[in-house]
Amino acid sequence: MQLTFVDWLIMLLYFVFVLGIGFALKRYMKTSKDFFQAGRALPAWICGLAFISANLGAQEVIGMGASGAKYGLETAHFYGIGAIPAMVFVGIFMMPFYYGSKARSVPEFLRLRFDEKTRALNACSFAVMTVFSSGISMYAMARLIQALHVFDGLFRMLGWSPDGIFTFSIVLSAIIVLLYIFLGGLTSAIYNEVLQFFLIIAGFLPLVLLGLKNVGGWHGLKMAVSAVDPRMMHEWKGIMHASTNPMGIDIIGIGMGLGFVLGSGYWCTDFLVIQTAMASHNMDSARRVPLIAAVPKMVFPFLVILPGLIAISLPTPHTQTTVHEENGVIYHETSVVPAIEAEGKGIVPAKVNPVTGKPMLDASGKPLLDYDMATPNMLLHYFPTGILGLGLTALLASFMSGMAGNVTAFNTVFTYDLYQSYIHKGASDRHYLAVGRWATVGGILFSIATAYAAISFNNIMDTLQLVFSFVNAPLFATFLLGMFWKRTTGHAAFTGLISGTLAAMLHHGLTLPLEAHPGIHGGWITVIHHYPSDMAQNFWGAIFAFSINFILTIIVSLFTKPKPESELVGLVRSLTPKPETSHLTWWKRPETLGVAVILGAIALNIFFA
Amino acid sequence: MNLDLRIPLGAMFSFTGAILTMWGIKTNDNAALYARSLGINANLWWGLVLLAFGVTMYILGQRGQRKIEKEPPQLGAKDGPPRGH
Repeated sequence: MQLTFVDWLIMLLYFVFVLGIGFALKRYMKTSKDFFQAGRALPAWICGLAFISANLGAQEVIGMGASGAKYGLETAHFYGIGAIPAMVFVGIFMMPFYYGSKARSVPEFLRLRFDEKTRALNACSFAVMTVFSSGISMYAMARLIQALHVFDGLFRMLGWSPDGIFTFSIVLSAIIVLLYIFLGGLTSAIYNEVLQFFLIIAGFLPLVLLGLKNVGGWHGLKMAVSAVDPRMMHEWKGIMHASTNPMGIDIIGIGMGLGFVLGSGYWCTDFLVIQTAMASHNMDSARRVPLIAAVPKMVFPFLVILPGLIAISLPTPHTQTTVHEENGVIYHETSVVPAIEAEGKGIVPAKVNPVTGKPMLDASGKPLLDYDMATPNMLLHYFPTGILGLGLTALLASFMSGMAGNVTAFNTVFTYDLYQSYIHKGASDRHYLAVGRWATVGGILFSIATAYAAISFNNIMDTLQLVFSFVNAPLFATFLLGMFWKRTTGHAAFTGLISGTLAAMLHHGLTLPLEAHPGIHGGWITVIHHYPSDMAQNFWGAIFAFSINFILTIIVSLFTKPKPESELVGLVRSLTPKPETSHLTWWKRPETLGVAVILGAIALNIFFA
Repeated sequence: MNLDLRIPLGAMFSFTGAILTMWGIKTNDNAALYARSLGINANLWWGLVLLAFGVTMYILGQRGQRKIEKEPPQLGAKDGPPRGH
């Protein structure tokens, strides 16, 4: 790849602004509330954009492109069924309890509603999960920088060995994220997430427009994709049975697993996204945050899934020899295409083992495709130098903001829910502010360690979904029961969470997707069931975890003593006055916005059907 | 918070847009460069779009910032309720 000074200039400009925001905000960070909760003073639109941006890391940009190339438009279910209804639900029904309870974090809410042990369990598992996600983001970024040869020129110039690029990328991103969070805390992270939101649009909208123009518009894309796999242009067609859609999952698996369990589990209980809504300046804003976020979220399938679809439908490059005659002389011209590209499909290359350098094969001997390269290769394919710098900056920005959201969630939960609660109680606010800053350093160091451990995964998306299905899927049952059934007890919540997570692990250990080797993909105890795809396995695992938690929590609740009702005011729906919205004009009310968003989501699903 | 986000946001996109536009004008005759973007000068056109977006955001941000500075600081909002009771 040929990068020129314009590309570097744009990238540099972004880094200057990112760090500049951190320095500009430093003087406002006086209390721990400023640092961890952005002073609870941000306007709704900023929090709303940060709400989706916090999730717009590796998972979204690279993962959705990869999923688009692998499964086609069915990936849009992550939006239509997964994210959007959950965002409406959290805004209308759950935010009054999160924001109104004055809890500073999701684990703290669990302590108020249930008890200390439930909070401790959630805080610990959440802390581990954020570090893991941030590490994966870092790893993905470093690998991408390596694959795109972004720093190769720089390394040649300095005479360093190219082996150091992976480490250099990790250290560089770690230092930048560390600096701006260390200086400006959650405000800095949120501001940068908004910058990054617009950067993603700036970088990917022209890509999609060029790609669509190239394949002949929407109709041309339909034709080209149908030539690869006719099932890939439909979101809903073939959903009734696992064998007739590319993800290999049926309507119950996707509706329950993704819609009710994984989507809700993520968008309604993950402090990573909830923290941005909790940073807004009043209850009405906090409720509007997820609803505002849902509007651009509806547009994102076009921006992040379509590049993957276009990538897979372009002609696969092959080594060709053209023969032509000129003045009686015969010329043979050979354009050589590397094996990994020719073995691939479209401009998605085959996957290479980073240690041996050979293409990796699945259990049936076919080459595995490196779907994570779909979107990056699109950038290289269509962007000339200049706007290419913008596209790469957008990619880098998305990784960093994905990391940053995790890191701010980690430092808050660590400081408030672990350090202040169990290690050092009753210290001064100054002390906790300092601890928060150092927790940021610690979290990033742990992420770096995870990044090095994350080399053997096929699809970043699937890996993250796997982690979420272990930790998050049972969680939503606990919140649902906790917020809407006053009888739910702390002992029950704790038992339910543990057994839900165990059920998810057990399910993963006993099942395996077709064409996968036992191990990280499942079946590490023994294989008693085969799923058509890893997505199906994830969704069903989530359903098991959720159900076990739901049922056990109810049973244990009936046998244990509930909290007195006076302690549950503001935490349970039946004991909390409904949030007052009559002072708002009708179209500003969360309920109105919620209905509008749902109608939009339905239209979107019909369009992709 | 005391810094209107639209100011740095607008400034960043104005600069990026200006850089792309200038680069696009400079390389307008370079057909080989724009072969990959289907013969469209992606730098010039997208640079102009970003420039317009950036300037708009910057102006809105300046207005917002003046409003923040005019408003008297809210009493009690800064420290929140006293903890522990």
